[in-house]
Amino acid sequence: MSVYTRHSTKLALVLAAFALVGTTLLALTYSATKDNIAASEKKAKLALIAQILPPALYDNDIIRDASELQPTAELGTAEPTLVYRALKDGQAVAAILEVVAPDGYAGKIKLLVAIKSSGEISGVRVVAHKETPGLGDYIEIAKNSWIKVFDGTSLDKHPSKEWKVKKDGGQFDYMTGATITPRAVIKAVHKALVWYSNNQEKIFSLPAQEQTK
Amino acid sequence: MSDVNYKEIIWNGLWKNNAGIVTLLGLCPLLAVSTSVVNGVGLGIATIMVMAFSNGIVSLARNWIPREIRIPVYILIIAVLVTIIDLSMNAFVQPLYLVLGIFVPLIVVNCNVLGRAEAFASKNPVLPSMVDGFMVGMGLTLILAVLGGMREILGKGTLLSGIDLAFGASAKAWVITVIPDYHGFLLAVLPPGAFIGLGLLIAGKNWLDQRKAARAEPAQAPQAATAAA
Repeated sequence: MSVYTRHSTKLALVLAAFALVGTTLLALTYSATKDNIAASEKKAKLALIAQILPPALYDNDIIRDASELQPTAELGTAEPTLVYRALKDGQAVAAILEVVAPDGYAGKIKLLVAIKSSGEISGVRVVAHKETPGLGDYIEIAKNSWIKVFDGTSLDKHPSKEWKVKKDGGQFDYMTGATITPRAVIKAVHKALVWYSNNQEKIFSLPAQEQTK
Repeated sequence: MSDVNYKEIIWNGLWKNNAGIVTLLGLCPLLAVSTSVVNGVGLGIATIMVMAFSNGIVSLARNWIPREIRIPVYILIIAVLVTIIDLSMNAFVQPLYLVLGIFVPLIVVNCNVLGRAEAFASKNPVLPSMVDGFMVGMGLTLILAVLGGMREILGKGTLLSGIDLAFGASAKAWVITVIPDYHGFLLAVLPPGAFIGLGLLIAGKNWLDQRKAARAEPAQAPQAATAAA
Protein backbone atom coordinates (compact mmCIF):
# COMPACT_ATOMS: atom_id res chain seq x y z
CA MET A 1 0.00 0.00 0.00
CA SER A 2 1.53 3.28 -1.08
CA VAL A 3 1.82 6.17 1.31
CA TYR A 4 -0.89 8.07 -0.60
CA THR A 5 -3.38 5.26 -0.38
CA ARG A 6 -2.72 4.95 3.31
CA HIS A 7 -3.21 8.68 3.80
CA SER A 8 -6.44 8.75 1.82
CA THR A 9 -7.77 5.78 3.72
CA LYS A 10 -7.01 7.53 6.98
CA LEU A 11 -8.87 10.65 5.83
CA ALA A 12 -11.86 8.62 4.72
CA LEU A 13 -11.97 6.88 8.08
CA VAL A 14 -11.81 10.18 9.98
CA LEU A 15 -14.64 11.59 7.88
CA ALA A 16 -16.65 8.42 8.39
CA ALA A 17 -16.06 8.67 12.15
CA PHE A 18 -17.34 12.26 12.22
CA ALA A 19 -20.37 11.23 10.13
CA LEU A 20 -21.05 8.35 12.50
CA VAL A 21 -20.85 10.54 15.60
CA GLY A 22 -23.05 13.17 13.94
CA THR A 23 -25.66 10.65 12.86
CA THR A 24 -25.72 9.05 16.30
CA LEU A 25 -26.24 12.43 17.96
CA LEU A 26 -29.05 13.24 15.55
CA ALA A 27 -30.71 9.88 16.07
CA LEU A 28 -30.55 10.32 19.85
CA THR A 29 -31.94 13.86 19.68
CA TYR A 30 -34.69 12.75 17.34
CA SER A 31 -35.86 9.94 19.59
CA ALA A 32 -35.63 12.17 22.66
CA THR A 33 -37.73 14.92 21.10
CA LYS A 34 -40.11 12.95 18.89
CA ASP A 35 -43.01 12.60 21.33
CA ASN A 36 -42.84 16.17 22.55
CA ILE A 37 -42.81 17.48 19.00
CA ALA A 38 -45.73 15.30 17.93
CA ALA A 39 -47.69 16.48 20.96
CA SER A 40 -47.02 20.15 20.30
CA GLU A 41 -47.79 19.80 16.60
CA LYS A 42 -51.09 18.22 17.49
CA LYS A 43 -51.78 21.05 19.93
CA ALA A 44 -51.00 23.65 17.27
CA LYS A 45 -53.28 21.89 14.79
CA LEU A 46 -56.08 21.65 17.35
CA ALA A 47 -55.67 25.35 18.12
CA LEU A 48 -56.03 26.17 14.43
CA ILE A 49 -59.08 23.90 14.14
CA ALA A 50 -60.57 25.49 17.27
CA GLN A 51 -60.51 28.84 15.46
CA ILE A 52 -62.89 27.60 12.81
CA LEU A 53 -64.86 24.95 14.67
CA PRO A 54 -65.68 25.38 18.38
CA PRO A 55 -64.33 22.35 20.28
CA ALA A 56 -67.63 22.14 22.23
CA LEU A 57 -69.40 21.02 19.07
CA TYR A 58 -67.65 17.66 18.82
CA ASP A 59 -66.36 14.96 21.13
CA ASN A 60 -64.14 12.75 18.96
CA ASP A 61 -60.37 12.84 18.56
CA ILE A 62 -60.50 14.94 15.43
CA ILE A 63 -56.82 14.52 14.54
CA ARG A 64 -56.83 10.74 14.87
CA ASP A 65 -60.10 10.39 12.97
CA ALA A 66 -58.78 12.37 10.03
CA SER A 67 -58.76 10.50 6.77
CA GLU A 68 -56.91 10.85 3.53
CA LEU A 69 -58.61 12.37 0.54
CA GLN A 70 -57.31 11.74 -2.96
CA PRO A 71 -56.52 14.79 -5.13
CA THR A 72 -59.78 16.44 -6.10
CA ALA A 73 -60.15 18.98 -8.89
CA GLU A 74 -63.05 20.73 -7.15
CA LEU A 75 -60.90 21.34 -4.08
CA GLY A 76 -57.93 22.42 -6.19
CA THR A 77 -55.73 19.80 -4.59
CA ALA A 78 -53.01 18.07 -6.56
CA GLU A 79 -51.79 15.86 -3.72
CA PRO A 80 -53.63 13.71 -1.20
CA THR A 81 -54.95 15.89 1.62
CA LEU A 82 -56.54 15.28 4.99
CA VAL A 83 -60.19 15.72 5.81
CA TYR A 84 -61.00 16.18 9.51
CA ARG A 85 -64.34 14.83 10.64
CA ALA A 86 -66.07 16.15 13.73
CA LEU A 87 -68.55 13.83 15.44
CA LYS A 88 -70.77 14.24 18.48
CA ASP A 89 -72.17 11.03 20.01
CA GLY A 90 -71.21 9.30 16.77
CA GLN A 91 -73.23 11.73 14.65
CA ALA A 92 -71.54 13.79 11.93
CA VAL A 93 -71.30 17.41 13.00
CA ALA A 94 -68.88 19.03 10.60
CA ALA A 95 -65.99 18.38 8.27
CA ILE A 96 -62.82 20.39 7.77
CA LEU A 97 -61.41 20.34 4.27
CA GLU A 98 -58.00 21.38 3.04
CA VAL A 99 -58.69 23.50 -0.01
CA VAL A 100 -56.36 25.18 -2.50
CA ALA A 101 -57.26 28.32 -4.42
CA PRO A 102 -55.03 27.94 -7.48
CA ASP A 103 -55.52 31.42 -8.93
CA GLY A 104 -54.23 33.81 -6.27
CA TYR A 105 -52.30 36.89 -7.37
CA ALA A 106 -49.04 35.11 -6.52
CA GLY A 107 -49.78 31.43 -6.86
CA LYS A 108 -51.69 29.05 -4.71
CA ILE A 109 -53.54 30.00 -1.53
CA LYS A 110 -54.02 27.14 0.91
CA LEU A 111 -57.17 27.21 3.02
CA LEU A 112 -58.85 25.24 5.77
CA VAL A 113 -62.62 25.27 5.38
CA ALA A 114 -64.90 23.99 8.15
CA ILE A 115 -68.39 23.11 6.97
CA LYS A 116 -71.18 22.04 9.32
CA SER A 117 -73.45 19.18 8.36
CA SER A 118 -76.21 21.70 7.71
CA GLY A 119 -74.10 23.01 4.83
CA GLU A 120 -73.25 26.18 6.73
CA ILE A 121 -69.65 27.37 6.88
CA SER A 122 -68.31 27.38 10.40
CA GLY A 123 -65.10 29.15 9.49
CA VAL A 124 -62.30 29.57 6.96
CA ARG A 125 -58.61 30.22 7.57
CA VAL A 126 -55.71 30.83 5.22
CA VAL A 127 -52.91 28.40 6.03
CA ALA A 128 -50.34 29.46 3.46
CA HIS A 129 -50.15 32.09 0.72
CA LYS A 130 -47.70 34.30 -1.16
CA GLU A 131 -49.91 37.32 -1.79
CA THR A 132 -48.35 40.80 -1.78
CA PRO A 133 -47.58 41.98 1.77
CA GLY A 134 -49.67 44.99 2.64
CA LEU A 135 -52.08 44.51 -0.27
CA GLY A 136 -53.39 41.00 -0.70
CA ASP A 137 -52.41 39.62 2.67
CA TYR A 138 -55.56 40.85 4.42
CA ILE A 139 -56.93 37.34 3.89
CA GLU A 140 -54.70 36.31 6.82
CA ILE A 141 -56.44 36.44 10.18
CA ALA A 142 -53.32 37.97 11.75
CA LYS A 143 -53.64 41.00 9.45
CA ASN A 144 -57.36 41.47 9.08
CA SER A 145 -60.68 39.86 9.99
CA TRP A 146 -61.86 39.81 6.38
CA ILE A 147 -61.74 36.00 6.21
CA LYS A 148 -64.65 35.94 8.68
CA VAL A 149 -67.04 37.10 5.92
CA PHE A 150 -67.58 33.42 5.25
CA ASP A 151 -68.75 32.55 8.78
CA GLY A 152 -72.33 31.34 8.68
CA THR A 153 -72.69 31.51 4.92
CA SER A 154 -74.09 28.58 2.97
CA LEU A 155 -75.34 27.63 -0.48
CA ASP A 156 -78.92 28.00 0.78
CA LYS A 157 -78.36 31.57 1.92
CA HIS A 158 -76.46 32.64 -1.15
CA PRO A 159 -77.14 31.17 -4.59
CA SER A 160 -74.08 30.43 -6.70
CA LYS A 161 -74.19 33.71 -8.60
CA GLU A 162 -73.71 35.67 -5.37
CA TRP A 163 -70.40 33.98 -4.58
CA LYS A 164 -68.38 36.86 -5.96
CA VAL A 165 -66.89 40.09 -4.69
CA LYS A 166 -69.29 43.05 -4.73
CA LYS A 167 -67.40 44.59 -7.64
CA ASP A 168 -68.37 41.57 -9.78
CA GLY A 169 -72.01 41.68 -8.68
CA GLY A 170 -71.65 39.26 -5.78
CA GLN A 171 -72.26 39.83 -2.11
CA PHE A 172 -68.77 39.65 -0.57
CA ASP A 173 -66.81 42.65 0.61
CA TYR A 174 -63.22 43.16 -0.51
CA MET A 175 -60.56 45.78 -0.11
CA THR A 176 -59.50 48.31 -2.69
CA GLY A 177 -56.18 47.50 -4.27
CA ALA A 178 -56.46 43.75 -4.20
CA THR A 179 -59.43 42.10 -5.88
CA ILE A 180 -57.72 39.09 -7.44
CA THR A 181 -56.88 37.60 -4.05
CA PRO A 182 -60.42 37.64 -2.54
CA ARG A 183 -61.83 36.51 -5.90
CA ALA A 184 -59.64 33.41 -5.75
CA VAL A 185 -60.53 32.70 -2.12
CA ILE A 186 -64.27 33.16 -2.63
CA LYS A 187 -64.22 30.93 -5.71
CA ALA A 188 -62.33 28.20 -3.88
CA VAL A 189 -64.63 28.30 -0.83
CA HIS A 190 -67.70 28.18 -3.04
CA LYS A 191 -66.36 25.19 -4.98
CA ALA A 192 -65.55 23.43 -1.70
CA LEU A 193 -69.13 24.00 -0.48
CA VAL A 194 -70.59 22.57 -3.68
CA TRP A 195 -68.26 19.57 -3.52
CA TYR A 196 -69.10 19.02 0.13
CA SER A 197 -72.84 19.02 -0.49
CA ASN A 198 -72.37 16.35 -3.18
CA ASN A 199 -69.94 14.19 -1.22
CA GLN A 200 -71.00 14.59 2.40
CA GLU A 201 -71.81 10.91 2.89
CA LYS A 202 -68.61 9.77 1.24
CA ILE A 203 -66.51 11.96 3.52
CA PHE A 204 -67.91 10.40 6.66
CA SER A 205 -67.67 6.84 5.37
CA LEU A 206 -63.94 7.06 4.62
CA PRO A 207 -61.76 4.91 6.88
CA ALA A 208 -59.83 6.81 9.52
CA GLN A 209 -56.16 6.97 8.83
CA GLU A 210 -54.04 6.42 11.91
CA GLN A 211 -51.63 9.29 11.99
CA THR A 212 -48.15 9.10 13.30
CA LYS A 213 -47.42 12.82 13.08
CA MET B 1 -3.59 31.47 25.35
CA SER B 2 -3.22 34.57 27.44
CA ASP B 3 -2.50 36.62 24.34
CA VAL B 4 -6.07 36.35 23.13
CA ASN B 5 -7.31 39.84 22.48
CA TYR B 6 -11.00 39.81 23.34
CA LYS B 7 -11.33 43.52 22.70
CA GLU B 8 -10.23 42.99 19.12
CA ILE B 9 -12.56 40.00 18.67
CA ILE B 10 -15.48 42.10 19.85
CA TRP B 11 -14.52 45.12 17.74
CA ASN B 12 -14.07 42.92 14.66
CA GLY B 13 -17.39 41.16 15.12
CA LEU B 14 -19.44 44.24 15.83
CA TRP B 15 -17.89 46.82 13.53
CA LYS B 16 -14.66 46.34 11.64
CA ASN B 17 -15.54 43.03 9.98
CA ASN B 18 -19.28 43.21 10.49
CA ALA B 19 -20.88 40.25 8.72
CA GLY B 20 -23.82 42.24 7.42
CA ILE B 21 -22.15 45.35 5.99
CA VAL B 22 -18.44 44.54 5.57
CA THR B 23 -17.83 40.90 4.75
CA LEU B 24 -21.33 40.65 3.25
CA LEU B 25 -21.64 36.97 4.06
CA GLY B 26 -24.94 35.21 4.58
CA LEU B 27 -26.96 37.84 2.76
CA CYS B 28 -29.73 35.51 1.63
CA PRO B 29 -31.50 35.21 4.98
CA LEU B 30 -30.52 38.78 5.85
CA LEU B 31 -32.29 40.26 2.85
CA ALA B 32 -35.27 37.95 3.02
CA VAL B 33 -36.07 38.31 6.69
CA SER B 34 -35.30 41.92 7.52
CA THR B 35 -38.79 43.22 6.82
CA SER B 36 -39.34 44.28 10.42
CA VAL B 37 -37.37 44.75 13.63
CA VAL B 38 -38.91 41.71 15.29
CA ASN B 39 -38.15 39.44 12.33
CA GLY B 40 -34.62 40.77 12.05
CA VAL B 41 -33.80 40.32 15.72
CA GLY B 42 -35.41 36.87 15.65
CA LEU B 43 -33.06 35.70 12.91
CA GLY B 44 -30.22 37.45 14.70
CA ILE B 45 -30.75 35.60 17.98
CA ALA B 46 -30.97 32.25 16.20
CA THR B 47 -27.73 33.07 14.36
CA ILE B 48 -25.93 34.07 17.58
CA MET B 49 -26.85 30.75 19.18
CA VAL B 50 -25.73 28.64 16.24
CA MET B 51 -22.51 30.59 15.68
CA ALA B 52 -21.38 30.51 19.30
CA PHE B 53 -21.94 26.77 19.58
CA SER B 54 -20.61 25.80 16.15
CA ASN B 55 -17.43 27.80 16.73
CA GLY B 56 -17.04 26.17 20.14
CA ILE B 57 -17.41 22.64 18.78
CA VAL B 58 -15.18 23.23 15.75
CA SER B 59 -12.53 24.64 18.07
CA LEU B 60 -12.89 21.66 20.41
CA ALA B 61 -12.44 19.22 17.54
CA ARG B 62 -9.83 21.25 15.67
CA ASN B 63 -6.90 18.97 16.54
CA TRP B 64 -8.66 15.88 15.20
CA ILE B 65 -9.73 17.36 11.89
CA PRO B 66 -7.23 16.71 9.07
CA ARG B 67 -6.70 19.79 6.91
CA GLU B 68 -7.77 18.13 3.67
CA ILE B 69 -11.26 17.25 4.84
CA ARG B 70 -11.90 20.18 7.17
CA ILE B 71 -14.64 21.78 5.07
CA PRO B 72 -16.92 18.69 4.87
CA VAL B 73 -16.35 18.09 8.60
CA TYR B 74 -17.32 21.70 9.43
CA ILE B 75 -20.43 21.41 7.29
CA LEU B 76 -21.30 18.17 9.04
CA ILE B 77 -20.83 19.73 12.48
CA ILE B 78 -22.89 22.79 11.61
CA ALA B 79 -25.70 20.78 10.02
CA VAL B 80 -25.89 18.41 13.01
CA LEU B 81 -25.83 21.30 15.45
CA VAL B 82 -28.54 23.28 13.67
CA THR B 83 -30.76 20.21 13.45
CA ILE B 84 -30.27 19.45 17.14
CA ILE B 85 -31.10 23.05 18.09
CA ASP B 86 -34.13 22.97 15.80
CA LEU B 87 -35.47 19.71 17.24
CA SER B 88 -34.75 20.62 20.88
CA MET B 89 -36.35 24.04 20.58
CA ASN B 90 -39.41 22.50 18.97
CA ALA B 91 -39.70 19.90 21.72
CA PHE B 92 -38.80 21.82 24.87
CA VAL B 93 -39.36 25.52 24.23
CA GLN B 94 -42.31 25.45 21.89
CA PRO B 95 -43.28 29.15 22.32
CA LEU B 96 -39.76 30.22 21.37
CA TYR B 97 -39.78 27.78 18.47
CA LEU B 98 -42.95 29.27 17.07
CA VAL B 99 -41.17 32.62 16.86
CA LEU B 100 -37.62 31.62 15.92
CA GLY B 101 -38.28 28.22 14.37
CA ILE B 102 -38.63 29.38 10.80
CA PHE B 103 -35.25 31.14 11.00
CA VAL B 104 -33.20 28.23 12.29
CA PRO B 105 -33.06 26.18 9.05
CA LEU B 106 -32.10 29.39 7.23
CA ILE B 107 -28.87 29.43 9.21
CA VAL B 108 -27.60 26.17 7.71
CA VAL B 109 -27.14 28.04 4.47
CA ASN B 110 -25.52 31.00 6.19
CA CYS B 111 -21.90 31.01 5.09
CA ASN B 112 -20.97 33.22 8.04
CA VAL B 113 -21.06 30.14 10.23
CA LEU B 114 -18.73 28.18 7.97
CA GLY B 115 -16.61 31.29 7.43
CA ARG B 116 -15.97 31.81 11.14
CA ALA B 117 -15.33 28.09 11.68
CA GLU B 118 -12.65 28.21 8.99
CA ALA B 119 -11.18 31.63 9.72
CA PHE B 120 -11.23 31.64 13.51
CA ALA B 121 -12.41 28.55 15.38
CA SER B 122 -10.06 26.18 13.54
CA LYS B 123 -7.05 28.10 14.88
CA ASN B 124 -8.12 29.25 18.33
CA PRO B 125 -9.08 27.79 21.72
CA VAL B 126 -12.68 27.14 22.68
CA LEU B 127 -13.55 30.23 24.71
CA PRO B 128 -12.27 32.89 22.28
CA SER B 129 -13.94 30.95 19.46
CA MET B 130 -17.29 31.05 21.21
CA VAL B 131 -16.86 34.76 21.94
CA ASP B 132 -15.99 35.31 18.29
CA GLY B 133 -19.06 33.41 17.10
CA PHE B 134 -21.25 35.30 19.55
CA MET B 135 -19.87 38.68 18.53
CA VAL B 136 -20.11 38.07 14.78
CA GLY B 137 -23.70 36.96 15.34
CA MET B 138 -24.26 40.08 17.45
CA GLY B 139 -22.89 42.30 14.68
CA LEU B 140 -25.26 40.66 12.23
CA THR B 141 -28.15 41.10 14.67
CA LEU B 142 -27.46 44.84 14.94
CA ILE B 143 -27.56 45.23 11.16
CA LEU B 144 -30.69 43.10 10.95
CA ALA B 145 -32.38 45.23 13.59
CA VAL B 146 -31.43 48.54 11.94
CA LEU B 147 -32.31 47.33 8.43
CA GLY B 148 -35.53 45.79 9.74
CA GLY B 149 -36.37 49.07 11.46
CA MET B 150 -35.71 51.12 8.32
CA ARG B 151 -37.84 48.86 6.16
CA GLU B 152 -40.61 48.66 8.73
CA ILE B 153 -40.88 52.44 9.23
CA LEU B 154 -40.83 53.11 5.48
CA GLY B 155 -42.96 50.15 4.53
CA LYS B 156 -45.57 50.06 7.25
CA GLY B 157 -45.08 53.19 9.32
CA THR B 158 -44.64 51.18 12.53
CA LEU B 159 -41.89 49.77 14.72
CA LEU B 160 -41.89 46.46 16.60
CA SER B 161 -44.98 45.13 14.83
CA GLY B 162 -45.34 41.41 15.47
CA ILE B 163 -43.79 41.66 18.93
CA ASP B 164 -46.96 40.07 20.31
CA LEU B 165 -45.86 36.82 18.64
CA ALA B 166 -42.86 36.77 20.98
CA PHE B 167 -44.32 38.19 24.20
CA GLY B 168 -48.02 37.35 24.04
CA ALA B 169 -51.04 39.40 23.09
CA SER B 170 -50.43 42.04 25.78
CA ALA B 171 -47.28 43.11 23.94
CA LYS B 172 -49.45 44.45 21.11
CA ALA B 173 -49.42 47.73 23.01
CA TRP B 174 -45.64 48.00 22.51
CA VAL B 175 -46.03 48.50 18.78
CA ILE B 176 -44.99 52.06 17.97
CA THR B 177 -46.85 53.83 15.23
CA VAL B 178 -44.21 56.14 13.83
CA ILE B 179 -46.29 57.60 11.02
CA PRO B 180 -50.01 57.57 11.85
CA ASP B 181 -52.53 56.78 9.12
CA TYR B 182 -49.76 55.58 6.82
CA HIS B 183 -50.71 53.69 3.71
CA GLY B 184 -47.47 51.82 3.34
CA PHE B 185 -44.62 52.01 0.90
CA LEU B 186 -44.49 48.56 -0.63
CA LEU B 187 -41.02 48.90 -2.16
CA ALA B 188 -39.43 49.00 1.28
CA VAL B 189 -41.01 45.70 2.30
CA LEU B 190 -40.27 43.89 -0.96
CA PRO B 191 -36.75 42.60 -1.83
CA PRO B 192 -35.56 45.78 -3.62
CA GLY B 193 -36.09 47.65 -0.36
CA ALA B 194 -33.68 45.27 1.33
CA PHE B 195 -30.95 45.88 -1.25
CA ILE B 196 -31.40 49.66 -1.21
CA GLY B 197 -31.45 49.72 2.59
CA LEU B 198 -28.36 47.54 2.86
CA GLY B 199 -26.57 49.74 0.32
CA LEU B 200 -27.36 52.82 2.43
CA LEU B 201 -26.07 51.11 5.57
CA ILE B 202 -22.80 50.13 3.87
CA ALA B 203 -22.41 53.68 2.56
CA GLY B 204 -23.12 55.00 6.04
CA LYS B 205 -20.44 52.83 7.61
CA ASN B 206 -17.89 53.78 4.97
CA TRP B 207 -18.70 57.44 5.49
CA LEU B 208 -18.17 57.13 9.26
CA ASP B 209 -14.90 55.24 8.78
CA GLN B 210 -13.59 57.77 6.27
CA ARG B 211 -14.50 60.71 8.45
CA LYS B 212 -12.66 59.09 11.32
CA ALA B 213 -9.64 58.38 9.14
CA ALA B 214 -9.64 61.94 7.81
CA ARG B 215 -9.65 63.32 11.35
CA ALA B 216 -6.87 61.01 12.46
CA GLU B 217 -4.68 61.69 9.46
CA PRO B 218 -3.68 65.34 9.94
CA ALA B 219 -2.70 64.64 13.53
CA GLN B 220 -0.55 61.67 12.65
CA ALA B 221 1.16 62.77 9.47
CA PRO B 222 0.62 66.43 8.73
CA GLN B 223 3.79 66.68 6.70
CA ALA B 224 2.98 63.70 4.52
CA ALA B 225 -0.40 65.25 3.78
CA THR B 226 1.09 68.57 2.70
CA ALA B 227 3.71 66.79 0.64
CA ALA B 228 1.05 64.88 -1.18
CA ALA B 229 -0.86 68.08 -1.88
